[in-house]
Amino acid sequence: MEHPETGHGLRSYVIGFVLAVILSAVPFWLVYTHALPPQRTLLVIGIAAVLQVLVHLRFFLHINFTTTPRENVLALVFTGILLFIMVGGSFWIMFDLHSRMLL
Amino acid sequence: MSVAHMSEHEREEIETHEQRALGFWLYLMGDAVIFALLFATYAIMIPGTAGGPTGKQLFDLNNAALETVLLLVSSMTFGFASLQVKAGNRGAVLAWLAITFLLGTGFVFLEVREFAGMIAKGAGPDRSGFLSAFFTLVGTHGVHVTMGLIWIVVLGAQVAFKGLTMPVASRLNRLGLFWHFLDIAWIGIFSIVYLPGLL
Repeated sequence: MEHPETGHGLRSYVIGFVLAVILSAVPFWLVYTHALPPQRTLLVIGIAAVLQVLVHLRFFLHINFTTTPRENVLALVFTGILLFIMVGGSFWIMFDLHSRMLL
Repeated sequence: MSVAHMSEHEREEIETHEQRALGFWLYLMGDAVIFALLFATYAIMIPGTAGGPTGKQLFDLNNAALETVLLLVSSMTFGFASLQVKAGNRGAVLAWLAITFLLGTGFVFLEVREFAGMIAKGAGPDRSGFLSAFFTLVGTHGVHVTMGLIWIVVLGAQVAFKGLTMPVASRLNRLGLFWHFLDIAWIGIFSIVYLPGLL
């Protein structure tokens, strides 16, 4: 078609797959072996999940800031803000309620 | 094929497909909101076991790991199918779609087996708020994957009978977005439901 595919090729999927395997294997391995205390393991699970979502967006869905149409990136960012308000707000209300009800 | 050589009709067709891609993207963002709220509900309901079984007693790490592998590999094989669409290689597209379909079916099979086992143990969605939230969240994802499987069959048939025409390629592109999106939702499920549950 137009200019040679930038990052849409076989390499993109393979790199994404390898990174995703590593980012899944680490948290699973930690839960299997209990190598770290629970709090630390939770932290690693959270970080690995966020990184893996970014890897999937970049290497499987090919989201970037140059070739992806601006509307799509805008919708993605807007969704992120919505999620922050709705999920964050739900937690805020529910945990506040929880402590006020002395549960 | 350069833009200058395209007819007016072809250019219009490309524009339509781009609009549809954006529309489908907006749908996926809406779906992401649904999943995020189900995740929030689940997280809040974790302590609400009503004296019933907890995640630690119910979840199986091997099963979750296997499901993760199946879905992740299927995401990659769908990517290979997308590459073959660009290369115009009809047979290879069908082969990769078939492999993706089998992997996805394996995933749904494991999930249904897990659900059936839990319900047989008396840990169905009616047992506690925690289990209601669990079945709603993971079940919603499972229904999405099942819809994706039906979609793969429908588009596989279109590739076989109509060939890799522009509309078919455009539909495959949207199915790809859907399939990769489901894998992202699964990252949330194993990171919020299974791994912390079994910690």
